[in-house]
Amino acid sequence: MIRPLRNLTRRPYPLLLLGAFCVLAISGCIGDGPYPQSTLDPKGDYAEMVDRLFRITVYLATGVFILVEGALLWAIFRFRGKPDDPEVAQVHGSTTVEIIWTVIPALVLALVAVPTVKTILETGKVPATSPDGQAPLKVEVIGHQWWWEFRYPEYGITTAGEMHVPMGRTVDLRMKTVDVVHSFWVPQFAGKRDVFPNRETRLWFTANATGAFPGACAEFCGLQHGRMDFYTVVASPEDFTAWVATRQADSTLNPSGLPMTPVTDSATLAMIPAQVAEGEKLFLTKGCIGCHSLSAMTPMKGMTGPNLSGIGARRMIASGWLENTDENLHRWIKTPQLVKQGVLMVVPEMTDAEVDALVAYLRTKQ
Amino acid sequence: MSSTLAHDDAHAAHHTSLPVDNRKLAIWTFIGSECLFFATLISTYLIYKDTHAKGPGPKDIFEVPLVTAGTAVLLFSSFFVVMALNGAQEGNRKKLLGWLGATIMCGLFFLGMQVYEFNHFYHLGLGYTTNLFGTSFYTLTGFHGTHVAIGTLWLMTVFKDALKGRMPPAKALNLELAALYWHFVDVVWIIIFPVVYLMSLRS
Amino acid sequence: MTTTTLDQAHPAKRSTLVEWLTTVDHKKIGILYGASAFIFFLLGGIEALIIRTQLMGPNGTLVSPEFYNQLFTMHGTTMIFLGVMPLSAMFFNFFIPLLIGARDVAFPRLNAMSLWVFLLGGLFMNASFLLNAAPNGGWFGYAPLSSRQYSPGLNMDFWVIGLQILGIASLAAGVNFFTTILNMRARGMTLMRMPMFVWSTLITQVLVLLSFPIITVALIMLMVDRTFGASFFSVGGGGDPLLWQHLFWLFGHPEVYILILPAFGIVSEILPVFSRKPLFGYSAMVFSMAFIAFLGFGVWSHHMFATGMGPLADTFFSLATMLIAVPTGVKIFNWIGTTWGGSLQLRTPMLFALGFIAMFIIGGLSGVMHSVAPADLQQTDTYFVVAHFHYVLFGGSIFALTAGAYYWWPKMFGTMLSESIGKVHFWLMLAGFNLTFFPMHFAGLLGMPRRIYAYPAGLGFEVYNMMATAGAFLLAISILVFMYNMWVSARRGEPAPADPWGGATLEWSIPSPPQEWNFTDEPIVTDRDDLWAQKRAAGVRTLPEPALSDGKGIHLPGPSWWPLIVAIGILIFFIGFMVPHTYAFPFGPITIAGFLLTTVGIFKWAYEPPDANATHH
Repeated sequence: MIRPLRNLTRRPYPLLLLGAFCVLAISGCIGDGPYPQSTLDPKGDYAEMVDRLFRITVYLATGVFILVEGALLWAIFRFRGKPDDPEVAQVHGSTTVEIIWTVIPALVLALVAVPTVKTILETGKVPATSPDGQAPLKVEVIGHQWWWEFRYPEYGITTAGEMHVPMGRTVDLRMKTVDVVHSFWVPQFAGKRDVFPNRETRLWFTANATGAFPGACAEFCGLQHGRMDFYTVVASPEDFTAWVATRQADSTLNPSGLPMTPVTDSATLAMIPAQVAEGEKLFLTKGCIGCHSLSAMTPMKGMTGPNLSGIGARRMIASGWLENTDENLHRWIKTPQLVKQGVLMVVPEMTDAEVDALVAYLRTKQ
Repeated sequence: MSSTLAHDDAHAAHHTSLPVDNRKLAIWTFIGSECLFFATLISTYLIYKDTHAKGPGPKDIFEVPLVTAGTAVLLFSSFFVVMALNGAQEGNRKKLLGWLGATIMCGLFFLGMQVYEFNHFYHLGLGYTTNLFGTSFYTLTGFHGTHVAIGTLWLMTVFKDALKGRMPPAKALNLELAALYWHFVDVVWIIIFPVVYLMSLRS
Repeated sequence: MTTTTLDQAHPAKRSTLVEWLTTVDHKKIGILYGASAFIFFLLGGIEALIIRTQLMGPNGTLVSPEFYNQLFTMHGTTMIFLGVMPLSAMFFNFFIPLLIGARDVAFPRLNAMSLWVFLLGGLFMNASFLLNAAPNGGWFGYAPLSSRQYSPGLNMDFWVIGLQILGIASLAAGVNFFTTILNMRARGMTLMRMPMFVWSTLITQVLVLLSFPIITVALIMLMVDRTFGASFFSVGGGGDPLLWQHLFWLFGHPEVYILILPAFGIVSEILPVFSRKPLFGYSAMVFSMAFIAFLGFGVWSHHMFATGMGPLADTFFSLATMLIAVPTGVKIFNWIGTTWGGSLQLRTPMLFALGFIAMFIIGGLSGVMHSVAPADLQQTDTYFVVAHFHYVLFGGSIFALTAGAYYWWPKMFGTMLSESIGKVHFWLMLAGFNLTFFPMHFAGLLGMPRRIYAYPAGLGFEVYNMMATAGAFLLAISILVFMYNMWVSARRGEPAPADPWGGATLEWSIPSPPQEWNFTDEPIVTDRDDLWAQKRAAGVRTLPEPALSDGKGIHLPGPSWWPLIVAIGILIFFIGFMVPHTYAFPFGPITIAGFLLTTVGIFKWAYEPPDANATHH
């Protein structure tokens, strides 16, 4: 016992090492939260099951870590030798010891394996009914380079960049991609699920808190993989129903977002600010309409850009990367390549006044 | 190539740890590795053989009788090369040249058959990229054909050595190495033939 | 081209360029492997530093997204194929013949060809930077992103073709070392008397031989897709992108063990020597290594849990992966068991070997966490997994390779590395390494995906990224310290005796550096730690310094140009595929020229008279 202690005082390195490790280990707590995208703060049943399992492995791993690293450090301090020390006992091994340290780790692993298999089975199937007794809400998720599209077949609506779901109702995601492999990930609700061009993948979760939760693409998908984020907006069932109704109200519009019947009565026309009217004209004539629909109702074929229904009210633009302020929206429309190099949006030359008009128009789409 | 390894072997005359020549062990090792190469190609073919929305599928084009003939010829060649090796070991130059020549002819016949077959399929509308069945078929059999071609070339160099009288019994190993490779190429075909051609006969 | 006879005996005499280009000496080839791999390693390190600088704070703008994607693709590809693998190959080349008591490998010219193919392949792949077209689809090249449709430039052509070239080098070396180890052991060296590094090399070669053909076929198919417009992996023609993932990981997982098993072997050599006690549980070590390699072929899909394979496959691959922890644990316990009760001499090689164990334990434990499929769905493709595999590949492989460098440097170059600089190197590297990679665990768990060129502020990633970047520069400094140490050793290093550490294996019985023929008298082995047995029999701690011999009567293979020429032919052959073809003319003039050069080279090589240019003594 005395020798290792002497070694400790004589050689400060190992102590420094231990100290450094403690610092690193507690650095897990020194971060400057909040952590809205954390895997450690589940807000739904699926993520909670995974989190429970993860915590089991963390505790066991920490225990094993302390024991094994402890044994190693102990051996280093205890058996420190000098060049002229006499020869030590030449031990070649021990079958008993080998069996012990084969069996014990196997048993420890069994402690991990059993809950693992249990959780695989629990999370592997989409529940037939949601905790609130309803059938799960089907949402079709479609990955694009580099944005996410969400469709609600139950309500016939489409949106992009923001997935709205009700709290307490299981969401049944059916996912695919129109181009390369992406991976859908909202850490606080579930693990990742890749999306493929030739097969549908499934994922599910039931949110138990309201709010807006960031998510990201987690499979490298090309140039702008780094900017393919989105938000999951969880609302109370009532608010969700209201949101659906608002989106469905878009059905009174053409796919272009224009009213089915042109407004002719001068009183109504007078209520529309000139700038907004100008923006609408630009939206139609500058080619925006070629790729973007302003109606959430299932858009026409050929709509290759994100659906812009309710764009005025979205939190973020450019795949979760820019706050949806007038200034940012202006920048995004005016110089998309500077905001997000390689983005597939093609914008014709426009004056600042024209862009402002477009922004004002889009802002009315709440 | 046969003599390649001979000179490379710094210790040919010295002892080896296993009762086998270095070069022979190396060829066996290489063959083991090649098994995985062909296993991957064959698996890919099996995955894609029914992917032919466009253009002909296996049942539309395969002509089993011709390929059976090619298969038989390749099978016989394995026997021929054993006889040739026997001749080489006995120092019987005539036997060596005769059987080795027959083996080479078999290889050439097989290659000819494959060229004819590819050409035929191409004219039936199955280009290399017409459909995935075609791509995986041509890739698999094409790589096998490349192996046959390399094997034939190798056997031809041994034949040339033998013609020039540079194949004494002590150098029979040079032929044995080529023969090992040749047997392997045959065995691969023995797997490809039923998997690719015979299985297409089923409904 | 007659070689000077006593090259090694008169170190003042410089080897000429021609000698190095035509050498078939496994030791020179080993040094060439090491030197080129170290340069590639530095390149990969510089790429890492740019990546870390970009990610230092949120919304980094140091490099463009495109260049960032090239950087991380090349960082991964370089470190795996041009760094760790050839650094291991340096030790295979230099030390396998010495450890088994042979005068060279089984096929010296094939060995030279492997070297040149590797070097040309590595240069080829890095030349892409000059065209501003470095590979940018990740080291895993997932389809369909790697298809011509989504990656139209030359970038992924460089990757597809470069990897095929490198695969040829690995396969040729695999055949060579497998044969060498099985067939060229000194008399008396049974399999169970082989040093553990020889075992790890043998098993590594088996993995190479069985896994590289799979990636070769996959790369050929991808090349066919890209060059001829086929659709093996593109959905348009009915292809399946998932097939690429399966084939890639069928290779990719064994590849992980190809990177780590040599490290196991090196550490298993160093620990006994500096513990002055034999390796604990030799046979358990052999069997656990073989078992790890075997299981390595049955766990590939644990890289694909997020693809949604279904509960059955998830369960199978989860449990199979957990099973690997058992033999891995056995190895760690046996290493600790080796130090237990020993007389630990904490010289620099031993420090790195102990550092390896300490770091590998962490990487192993996070590996078990990844085997838990549902939890892995949260961790995969985040910085948690980046932390995990760096603990295995850097904390594991690089620490062990550095340990090996300090351990074997005196034998390779005949001078010692400085102990004091070495210790500074070790502590800096240990600190820098942990500061870089430990915080990444937290960044990943807090939701930071990998392969993103920037992250937004406000998600809580800032602190951990700042720590990691600081650590990366500390690591870079430690590498500079190492280079300084090598420079000092080359300039004024203390001359190394034959046996500076009290070694147990045959390489320490011959002069440092070894003479061209390694062993003047072919050794006869009677024991597992044969040199220790000899010393014990003689009742001494160190055997007398071996005398230099004039090597009379020893035949060595002569130098040859053909391996280099064949390697150049292979390079040209593959470059030909950079040009898109139609299947009517599948082979362009460049391809045909390369093919002809290769063929001519092989025939010339085959018919090169046995004693051409040979060294006679």
